[in-house]
Amino acid sequence: MAESKPSAEAMVSDVHKKIKAAFEAFDYETNNTVDVREIGTIIYSLGCFPSQTDLHDFIAEVEEDHTGYIHLDKFLPAMAKILLEHKYPPIPEDILLQAFEVLDKEKKGYLEPEELANYMTQEGELFTQEEMDEMLTALADHEKDLIYYKDILSQLTIDPEL
Amino acid sequence: MGKSKVQLKKCDRVCISVPAATAIRAALLIQRWYRQYVARLEMRRRCTWNIFQSIEYAGEQDQIKLYNFFGFLMDHFTPASSERNLICHIFRKNEICRDIDWERYFCYRSIEVPDSYTGPHLTFPMTFCGVSKLVEAFKHKQQLHARYVLQLLGETWRLLRILPNINQVSACHTKEITICGDLHGHLEDLLLIFYKNGLPSSDKPYVFNGDYVDRGKNSLEILLILFGFLLVYPNDVHLNRGNHEDHIVNLRYGFTKEVLGKYRVHGKKILKLLQKIFSWLPLATVIDQKVLIVHGGISDTTDLDTIGRVDRHKYVSALKAPKHHAVNGSTTQTMNRNREANLPEEGRRRVYSMNHCSSASAYRYNLQHRSLHSQSISSHLNCSVEEELKMRRRMAGFDQSYRKLSQSDSDSDPESGETTETDEHQWKQIVDMLWSDPMAQNGCVPNEVRGGGCYWGPDVTEEVLGRHNLQLLIRSHECKQEGYEFCHNRRVLTIFSASNYYEVGSNRGAYIRMGSDLVPHFIQYQASRTCMELTLRQSVGWTERSALRALREQLFVHKSDLISAFQEFDPHNTGKISLRNWASATEKVLNLGLPWRVLRPQLVNRTQYGMVDYQQWIRELSITEPKLEVSDNSILETMYKNHSNLETIFRIIDTDHSGLISFEEFHQTWKLLSTHLKMEISDKAIADLAQSIDFNKDGSIDINEFMEAFRLVDLSAHS
Repeated sequence: MAESKPSAEAMVSDVHKKIKAAFEAFDYETNNTVDVREIGTIIYSLGCFPSQTDLHDFIAEVEEDHTGYIHLDKFLPAMAKILLEHKYPPIPEDILLQAFEVLDKEKKGYLEPEELANYMTQEGELFTQEEMDEMLTALADHEKDLIYYKDILSQLTIDPEL
Repeated sequence: MGKSKVQLKKCDRVCISVPAATAIRAALLIQRWYRQYVARLEMRRRCTWNIFQSIEYAGEQDQIKLYNFFGFLMDHFTPASSERNLICHIFRKNEICRDIDWERYFCYRSIEVPDSYTGPHLTFPMTFCGVSKLVEAFKHKQQLHARYVLQLLGETWRLLRILPNINQVSACHTKEITICGDLHGHLEDLLLIFYKNGLPSSDKPYVFNGDYVDRGKNSLEILLILFGFLLVYPNDVHLNRGNHEDHIVNLRYGFTKEVLGKYRVHGKKILKLLQKIFSWLPLATVIDQKVLIVHGGISDTTDLDTIGRVDRHKYVSALKAPKHHAVNGSTTQTMNRNREANLPEEGRRRVYSMNHCSSASAYRYNLQHRSLHSQSISSHLNCSVEEELKMRRRMAGFDQSYRKLSQSDSDSDPESGETTETDEHQWKQIVDMLWSDPMAQNGCVPNEVRGGGCYWGPDVTEEVLGRHNLQLLIRSHECKQEGYEFCHNRRVLTIFSASNYYEVGSNRGAYIRMGSDLVPHFIQYQASRTCMELTLRQSVGWTERSALRALREQLFVHKSDLISAFQEFDPHNTGKISLRNWASATEKVLNLGLPWRVLRPQLVNRTQYGMVDYQQWIRELSITEPKLEVSDNSILETMYKNHSNLETIFRIIDTDHSGLISFEEFHQTWKLLSTHLKMEISDKAIADLAQSIDFNKDGSIDINEFMEAFRLVDLSAHS
């Protein structure tokens, strides 16, 4: 849902508001800090697609001296920069499709759970067993127990932008 | 979730014909995408949770306000006045004073069980077979005959009277103790627990931590089962009292309605007996003198010795102190009204307010004085007692003049007299135990979100546990997504056993198993097979739609106030306001502490240049109301906004629990409500309202029918 903004200033201010809104949803003590473990969720919910490494780097930058907390004062400018620079843009659907097709080496049009699980838990930024189980429940066709990746991509519409 | 073991055999890395680097890149992309997707779902789930919880707590607060209003009326109207008669019976403890007279009243012997009855027959003394039979019967949706209900309850009452305030339990090597939290009428959860864990027995001791009733549809069945097991295994089954084991709360949250609906002839008696039983439920359980189990929690003044000594049955309802007729004009001791006004500058809300700027919270306190912890009504009174009362009386349509109470009622209960310091202290202990919630910050502040008890901090936990030489506090009272949650350095554990509490898929339930090492182990579950099969996305979506429906209803019933609030930001009447002002105005009116900016995309379809066309938005909330001919439209809105309060007042007035009230009582109900809300409602408007429903020709109004006719329906609700 695009909002056409007349000025750069207004854009920055709007970005700040969005960041604050997302941040405050996790600020349980209403003291402008959130638990560091929630940062991933906050960043993702702002429409960004960082990798785990990106997240770790970001956290290292903004965490308050290993307290396990992150303060809005540090988070806000760092996050605003990311949003304004479009640093972790969404993955276009066609690229994602290609990624699935790469893994589907036999070009079947689907992936078997074990195939996908192998990659997810052995390659890249590994999934935990729990993440893997959840992913299979979410993505696999219940009757055939196969992952029809083309269908998934079109079905899983993400929410409107915050 | 299925624990599928990943099999490596099928897909051997050696067979990959794709360059490894490409595969890795592909995997990275997919992982990144998927984690983002899950995180966004999580965000939505949290918001949904906040919506449900804030509406729930606002409802509780609302009821306490209403109840305090009654207390106010009780103090300031003369004994003979009609409005006092309407409600005074809810403040009466006992019409009959002696237990022996009660026994006669509750006697089941005269009740015949007809041959046509197909439900279970019970014999006493209760046996394991008897209770098992009862469980089976309820599983098959049978109903227990009123005779057996009264008999079982009678036996329970007798047993509870000899139990101490605090159950002492010992965990020994062979027996693990099972601890369950809130059930709230969810029979399927109790049956699931029994299925997974086994029925209570001397080898399988159980502790149930309160809130057995209200909200769910099978509160009575749960009570009967638990009481049944209590009778068979009094040393191995332990029941704590929860804040919903309270007849005043039951008026609003469905238990009263459930009992009267299921037992039309004997419902009233059953409810009265349950009132007594609730007051006799123990307040706490302690395991091995190390683990304390209470329903709500503690406060900085919690003292188990005091708790051990109180006459717990005096506290029929935790909402009021035991003695209310005071000599020489001291006020009714209702919850929190006589606290010192030690206001926290900003309320520590459980729900995490997005618009938590200082002006908003100050406004909240000024506008509301609804918060019981801010200006108490008595201090407010001191300013202009005469004017305030005159105005209220005039609005209520009562024409007797104010006269200060100089003596108690002639037919008051024999225990009336001045409330002593000790009594109030004891009462506070009990309220705190049943209503409090933990908070993250240190300290102990009044719980103004719920309207009763405290918020207590980790320092209070340490102090109280230390003082009593305890190592763990187990409590319930708050719904948790995973069914349980630790806090305060794992010294406090919340356990909640009603799964799908807010909606199908909203949360799991859990119970605890604990052996002699006193280490809690958790078993989680979720009743209803359908939600197991839902994908993550589907179950979040389902719950979310339900929460948004509830929220839209709240918005709808406040639409006049919302429009006024929006117009304050729109002095030139453009019909549009900025998103920020929209969020701020909405929070001001609804006061739910919700993240409106985050919710905005779900609530407002169209914005242009960051502006909301608010009139159109209100129109598009797509809630229908029944097409009723009522002369005064504002009365409808009052109706919707105060749906629960109205129903509560109806049920209070309906003294014989017939479900019917006379037209005159209907009229008086509205007068009471209008006084409480400080607004005028004309007699004509009330008469119109009465006529818009097809009432019985005998001049009485069916409460259920009336409430049903005004239920809001969300147009977007389908499938």
